[in-house]
Amino acid sequence: MTALAEAGAILPSRGGIVGALSDLFWRRPKLLVFLMVLPALLWLGIVYVGSLFALLLQSFFYIDDFSGLIVHEFSLRTYAELFRAQNLDIIIRTVSMAAVVTVASAIVAFPVAYWAARYARGPWKAVFYLGIMLPLWASYLVKVYAWKLILAKEGILNWLFEQLHITFLLDWWLSLPLIGGNSLSISYTGTFLVFLYVWMPYMILPIQAAIERVPTNLLDASADLGATPRQTFWKVIFPLALPGIIAGSIFTFSLTLGDYIIPQIVGNSQFFIGQAVYSHQGTAGNIPLAAAFTVVPIVIMVLYLWGAKRAGAFDAL
Amino acid sequence: MTSAVSLQKVSRHFGLVRAMDEVDLDVAPGEFFAMLGPSGSGKTTCLRLIAGFEQPTSGRIQIFGDAVEGIPPYRRNVNTVFQDYALFPHMNVRDNVAFSLMLKKLPKVLRIKAAEEALELVRLGGYGDRRPGQLSGGQRQRVALARAIVNKPKVLLLDEPLGALDLKLRESMQEELKALQKTLGITFIFVTHDQGEALSMADRVAVFNEGRVQQIGTPEEIYKRPQSRFVADFVGSSNVLDPEFVYWIVGEKRWASLRPEAIHVMAAGQSASRMTGTIISKSYLGPVIRLMIDLNGTKLHASVPSNDAVPAEGEKVTLGFAKDALHLMEATS
Repeated sequence: MTALAEAGAILPSRGGIVGALSDLFWRRPKLLVFLMVLPALLWLGIVYVGSLFALLLQSFFYIDDFSGLIVHEFSLRTYAELFRAQNLDIIIRTVSMAAVVTVASAIVAFPVAYWAARYARGPWKAVFYLGIMLPLWASYLVKVYAWKLILAKEGILNWLFEQLHITFLLDWWLSLPLIGGNSLSISYTGTFLVFLYVWMPYMILPIQAAIERVPTNLLDASADLGATPRQTFWKVIFPLALPGIIAGSIFTFSLTLGDYIIPQIVGNSQFFIGQAVYSHQGTAGNIPLAAAFTVVPIVIMVLYLWGAKRAGAFDAL
Repeated sequence: MTSAVSLQKVSRHFGLVRAMDEVDLDVAPGEFFAMLGPSGSGKTTCLRLIAGFEQPTSGRIQIFGDAVEGIPPYRRNVNTVFQDYALFPHMNVRDNVAFSLMLKKLPKVLRIKAAEEALELVRLGGYGDRRPGQLSGGQRQRVALARAIVNKPKVLLLDEPLGALDLKLRESMQEELKALQKTLGITFIFVTHDQGEALSMADRVAVFNEGRVQQIGTPEEIYKRPQSRFVADFVGSSNVLDPEFVYWIVGEKRWASLRPEAIHVMAAGQSASRMTGTIISKSYLGPVIRLMIDLNGTKLHASVPSNDAVPAEGEKVTLGFAKDALHLMEATS
C-alpha cells in the first residue's frame, strides 16, 4: 500500500529498450503498423507483384519463327497468337468450365451455408466446420485420383447406377455431345464434378460468413412488411449474401481458370489454360505465349469484379 | 365493438420458461396502448405473437375479430417498428419505406409518391436517396416508422422504438408519436420498460411481470391505485410499505404504497406526528430533491420541491402525509 501511495502523478518508464519501444509505439502507432506489415509488403511487393510484372513484360516479347529464340522487343504479336483458333478454343473451354463450376458451386453451397449460418448450433456447427475443412487437409492429388477411380467405368458410380438399374441414364448423358464421352472419368462432366468438389469449401465459407452477418430481425421485418419467404429470399437474404457469393466465386472462378492438374487427370485431355501455360513455358519453351496466356485469367477477373461492382454486388458492404 | 387486438388466455412457453402465462388483453381500435415491464417480463414476446413472428403455446389471439392462429406475419395487416429499426442496409431510405408497396406490385410512380409522403410525415422529406448507414439514430427511427405506416396497417406495433435515443430526442419523439397516432387514427401498441414513457404517451397501460399481466388501466389508475407491490414499485418508484408498518399507521395488516411526493418533510418537533426519522441521503434532481429517510428501520423515499428549505443529511425530521395518500394493496402474503 505504501509503495503505491508514494508514486507520483507520472509513473516511471518500464525501462530498457522494451520500455522505450513501448513509449515510442504509443506515440507513433502508425510506425508499429508499418513495421508489422513490412514483411508481407516486401513479399507481396517484390517477390509476388514483381515477378508477376516480369511475367507480364515477357508477354510483350515474341518467339522468332525461324530460330525459335525469344526476341526482346516490344510487340503485340504474341497476344495475336492467343486469337488463333486452337488457342482461342483453350480460352473459351477454360472460361466456360470456370463459369459453370462457379454457378454450380454457388447453387450447391448456398443451402449448406444457409443451414450452417442460421440453424447449426453447438456440435452441429463443429460437424459443419469439420466437414468443410477435412477435405482441405487431404492432399489435393489424392483427392483427384480418388475421383478418377470413382468416375471410372469400373468405378463405384457406375456400379451404383447398375444396382439401381438406371445405367441407361448415365449412357444417355455420356452420349450427349461435348459434355459426354466414353466414361465419366474422361468427359467434361467428370472434370466439372471434380472441380465442383475440390473448390466447394471456398464457396461455402464466404457465403456462410455473409449470411451470418445478416441480422435475424431483417428477416422478421421483411415478413412483417408482407414478404413471403420466397420474396424475403430474393429481396433481402440474397442481396445481403451476394458479397459472400462474389467472394466465393472469385475463388472458384480463378482457381478453375488456373488449374492444370485436374483436367490432366480427369477429362478428355483437351488443354485448359493452366496446361497451356505449363507446356508453353516448359517443353515448348515459348515463354512469351505462356505469359500471354497467364494474362487472360487476370484480365477476366478484373472485368468480372468490375462488372460485379457496377451491378451493385458490393452495395451491402 | 370488436377489439383491435384481443388475447384470451395466451401462453408462450420456451421449454420450461414461461415467457407469457395466460395473458388476457383487449386493445380498443384507435387506442394508444402501452405494454410496460422490466426486461424478460413477456411484453416483447406478446408483441411478437401479435405480429406473428411466434405462435402461442396455447390461447387465442384475434385481430379485429379474426383469429390469427397459423397466419404468417406477411398475411397480417399489422406492421412493426423494431427496437433496432431493422432497416435494410442494401436499400436507400426511399426503397426501405416503399418495400411493402413494392411487394404489393404497386406501380413505381405510385410507390415513390407514397414513400415520399410517408417520409414527409416523419419530417424526413428529401432524405430518400440516402442509405440507412448515413443517418443518425433518430433519423433511422423515423425511417422505420415511415416504413411501417406507409402500408396503412390496422395495428402498428412498436418495440421499444425510443430506447436507443438520447433523452432530448426521446422526449420530442414521444410527442411526435402521439401526434402521429392522432393523425393516422391507427391502433398503436407500444412496448417499453420506461414507465415515464408509458404513462405520458398511452391511453391505457398493461404492466407485465414474469410473463403475466399485473394490471391494466389508464396511466392515472396505474400510478395512483397500483394493485400489487410490483406495480407500485415499478411504476414511479413508490414506497412500498410492509404490512407491519402499515398496521402501525392505520391499524390494518396490508401492503400499501406511498408516493414520494405525497410525503411532507418537516424539521423534527414541528408536528405531533410520531413519525420521526433521520435523513440518510439527499440527491438533487433539479425540480425536486430526493431524500432517503430512515424511519425506525424502514427506508422511505421522499421528494420535496428543491426551492424549499431542506434539512441536511443526518438531521432528524418529522414526516407527515394525508391519510388517503396511503394506497392499500393486497393483504399479507
